[in-house]
Amino acid sequence: MEITQLLTRLGEHLGKKILSTGEFRGEHTITLGLADLAEALRFCKESLGFDYLVDISSVDNLGDDPRFEMVYELYSYTDRVHLRVKAAVPEDNPNVPTVSDLWPTANWHEREVYDMMGIEFAGHPDLRRILMWEGYPYYPLRKEFPLAGKPSDVPEVAFTEAAPLAGGPFVTVPTEEGTVAREPRSRE
Amino acid sequence: MATTHAPVAYDSKIEGNVIFTQVDAAINWMRKNSLWPMPMGLACCAIELMATGASRYDISRFGAEVMRFSPRQSDVMIVAGTVTYKMALAVKRIWDQMPEPKWCIAMGACASSGGMYRSYAVLQGIDNLIPVDVYVSGCPPRPEALLDGLMKLQKKIEAEHSTVAQKERLLEELT
Repeated sequence: MEITQLLTRLGEHLGKKILSTGEFRGEHTITLGLADLAEALRFCKESLGFDYLVDISSVDNLGDDPRFEMVYELYSYTDRVHLRVKAAVPEDNPNVPTVSDLWPTANWHEREVYDMMGIEFAGHPDLRRILMWEGYPYYPLRKEFPLAGKPSDVPEVAFTEAAPLAGGPFVTVPTEEGTVAREPRSRE
Repeated sequence: MATTHAPVAYDSKIEGNVIFTQVDAAINWMRKNSLWPMPMGLACCAIELMATGASRYDISRFGAEVMRFSPRQSDVMIVAGTVTYKMALAVKRIWDQMPEPKWCIAMGACASSGGMYRSYAVLQGIDNLIPVDVYVSGCPPRPEALLDGLMKLQKKIEAEHSTVAQKERLLEELT
């Protein structure tokens, strides 16, 4: 089946629960409310044949309300089509239903999102940090977290200190002043 | 031809199989030519460390081919790679388990200074936790660079006064 047919079937099943759809360079994206996310993903897996969960990621839109956004990248091996599903997550209660019962690979993806962004997953069988250690007090990929890091200490487990950035981070900045001003350099 | 500064004096015509030397010189000579490394391979530098151990570069020419995966049998810890904070205390623990005398080579930019990882997750140089004898620059260093670092360490061991230090410590304990 083509992606358009799959999207039509998804639209028939979900109706007005789909908040928006979009297409960019052949990639299709649908946005849902958080309450409808679990149902939609289950329908994608069980009825539309999206048997492969490529990735789960989260976005921190600091300043927006709701602040976070979950992004699911789905792929169907039978139809060879890709679909992106998004849902906004509020900051005061960042709780998302797990999809690890649908795709087992979601287990570690969701642990990573929990570790880096602090979004919790209801029904997850083993929600522990995956990269940082238990007891680390911050969520490092949140926008308010500085690139250099913050000091922390869990005795006998690990400690952190702020890293010297020495005028960095050395990244390009968007500007109209030409390539020289755009180059990565010390901003001090 | 022995000079006054040579650690070993040997004249085959007079002495036959007898060699005169200082205890320090003999001990250092034995130590420096049989450095058993603890390969603390943490990232891509470990690949170069493996290359150094393999036939083309052949670290055994310097007596350091016996990679010991037990800290209790090793003399020199080669920290090869990015030391994350999560790994840092494990490295420290393995270092503490190594018996004296022990040395440390920080191999590559990450182990020496954190390298390009100015980050919340990476220790900014293993010398924050354990004393380092030789730093090897490079990202990752070529095997030749690591061998050069090893030879620098051998030079350093040559100049150590192991028994003198022991005597001083003994005198301190007695007084």
